[in-house]
Amino acid sequence: MKTRESSTGSILILGYGNPGRQDDGLGPAFAESLGSLGRPGVSVDSNYQLNVEDAASVARHDRVLFVDACRQGEAPFVISGVSPVREIAFTTHAVSPRAVLALCEDCFGARPEAWVLGIRGYEFGVVEGLTRRARGNLEKALGFVGELIGQWKEKEHGDGQRP
Amino acid sequence: MARAATGEGRKIVINPVTRVEGHGKVTIRLDEAGRVECARFHIIEFRGFERFVQGRLFWEVPVMVQRLCGICPISHLLAASKAMDVVVGADRLTPTAEKMRRLMHYGQIFQSHALHFFHLASPDLLFGFDAPVEKRNVIGVIREHPETAKKAVLMRKYGQEVIQATAGKKIHGTGSIPGGVNKNLSLEERDGLLEDVDTMTEWALEGLQLCKGIIRSDPERLLAFGTFESIYVSIVRDDGCLDLYDGKLRAKDANGGIIFDKVAPDDYADYIREGVRPWSYMKFPYIKSLGSEEGWYRVGPLARMNNCDFIDTPLAEKERQEFMALGDGKPVHATMAYHWARMIELVHAAEKIKELLNDPDLQGADLTTSGERRGRGVAWIEAPRGTLFHHYEVDANDQVTLANLIVSTTSNNEAMNRSVRSIAEQHLEGKEISEGLLNHIEVGIRAYDPCLSCATHALGTMRLRAQLLDHCGNVIAEGWRE
Repeated sequence: MKTRESSTGSILILGYGNPGRQDDGLGPAFAESLGSLGRPGVSVDSNYQLNVEDAASVARHDRVLFVDACRQGEAPFVISGVSPVREIAFTTHAVSPRAVLALCEDCFGARPEAWVLGIRGYEFGVVEGLTRRARGNLEKALGFVGELIGQWKEKEHGDGQRP
Repeated sequence: MARAATGEGRKIVINPVTRVEGHGKVTIRLDEAGRVECARFHIIEFRGFERFVQGRLFWEVPVMVQRLCGICPISHLLAASKAMDVVVGADRLTPTAEKMRRLMHYGQIFQSHALHFFHLASPDLLFGFDAPVEKRNVIGVIREHPETAKKAVLMRKYGQEVIQATAGKKIHGTGSIPGGVNKNLSLEERDGLLEDVDTMTEWALEGLQLCKGIIRSDPERLLAFGTFESIYVSIVRDDGCLDLYDGKLRAKDANGGIIFDKVAPDDYADYIREGVRPWSYMKFPYIKSLGSEEGWYRVGPLARMNNCDFIDTPLAEKERQEFMALGDGKPVHATMAYHWARMIELVHAAEKIKELLNDPDLQGADLTTSGERRGRGVAWIEAPRGTLFHHYEVDANDQVTLANLIVSTTSNNEAMNRSVRSIAEQHLEGKEISEGLLNHIEVGIRAYDPCLSCATHALGTMRLRAQLLDHCGNVIAEGWRE
């Protein structure tokens, strides 16, 4: 079976969360902003939550950044590497980044580099729209990831020129 | 999982029920002699969208209700769109609009059923209910059946691609709007989806054979597991055909006799009522003419197989006939038959997707229609988990003044409690409370594929509250959260 995506590239950005629950929408908002830039070689996707089929998309990329909202932790954001973990409890229909990576490795034999970016949010009620402070954190996260993508591209370019 | 003992009876708590969407809690009350007295499946997650949509403009609602559930947003999008079709007077959609929505819906059914069977239910079936939790999960499936697991991921992905091509995007899709749709299917999108549809059908059939084979290998145990007779409710087409997108409401009794038939959406309140229980947030729908004690019913794949007269796609119809033979002329009541019925629908969805993709109406340009504006819109759809009702009242300012939703999991509420009790009676009475026994209860609940995140109501007016009663009706423990 072939897979179709609107764009493909060496980098995949996956933002997830519910825009109807205030700052829980930070992940999709991040994806929307970054996607609107149309950076070559960068695929951007978003959904309410991660699910098993994301493993197939992840498998087609060299680097993956999962972007989610954080209820706690440092502002404006935290970023950390993530590895595949074969979790026993796929406790709901949704799955975690590390479980997606495990499915990716087990089903498709791919193990891309991966990170989780957690953007600090503050309010998670049944209301549309990000809070002011969350929007500020989003802007800072976008700036940071913009530079990070540049570094990844430079590294790819350098690797590509090696004999 | 936690276990606790209380003063006058023993209480077993399983919390959370794993591999069920949302959060649930089961309590089992034992009497002084250690026999099962009652068993209940409780809601913990709390939302209140019916209240939330009040005051919103009606054309916003189809997009807004998608946030009800990250699992089946398309079902809510389509049910709300259909209700708002009534409000805008769109009594007959254009062929392009009708078929785009149907394609979207069958994409949703396909991905949801594939996920449930392969990743949530198959570990129970492949490894047995008594298998250790460390093995009885999707990782175990990947280890021992790697190709099956991979196909399941790709089937789910295919369904999502159908949704994206028809709804426009994954979050807050706008493809379906009051009065029609806002896009058709491009030739490029069509060709891309057609490329894989035969493979999807083939894999769906493989999954069905796997499911059927497991149940056939141990029918006495599996078909008796958590089984009881019940009423079944679903929509069917006017000619009795299975139709997951549109139709009239039919209810059959435990012997297969018609309780009511050809009920139009606008008349639903004359036939279905919703009761409440003091110990749960979930409403308990029942058939009005039979009352709350006798009128509870089951919805979902099993109900749809029992209620329809035929299926209009050849592979699924052949399988339906074989399935219905289990009932020997009566409805099939086995709770585990939900899985079998779900896989027949998976095959049907693949067949329908192919049929629709080959229909040139999908490339039409006539996308919307409208007519006489109305103040009330009621509609339903067969969501993956069962019949989903949406009812809205809209004022002259286009604002929603009332919303009532009956979601599938709510309709199965009483049935899930009965399943839990039945299983508890079969497996817990007078026995050691082992992990394996507790797992049986999870397996029984999972058969309904419950999705609890959208099954609760009344934001701001109720607290989550659980009570434990002794055999005299005295409260022996109580808990709640705001």
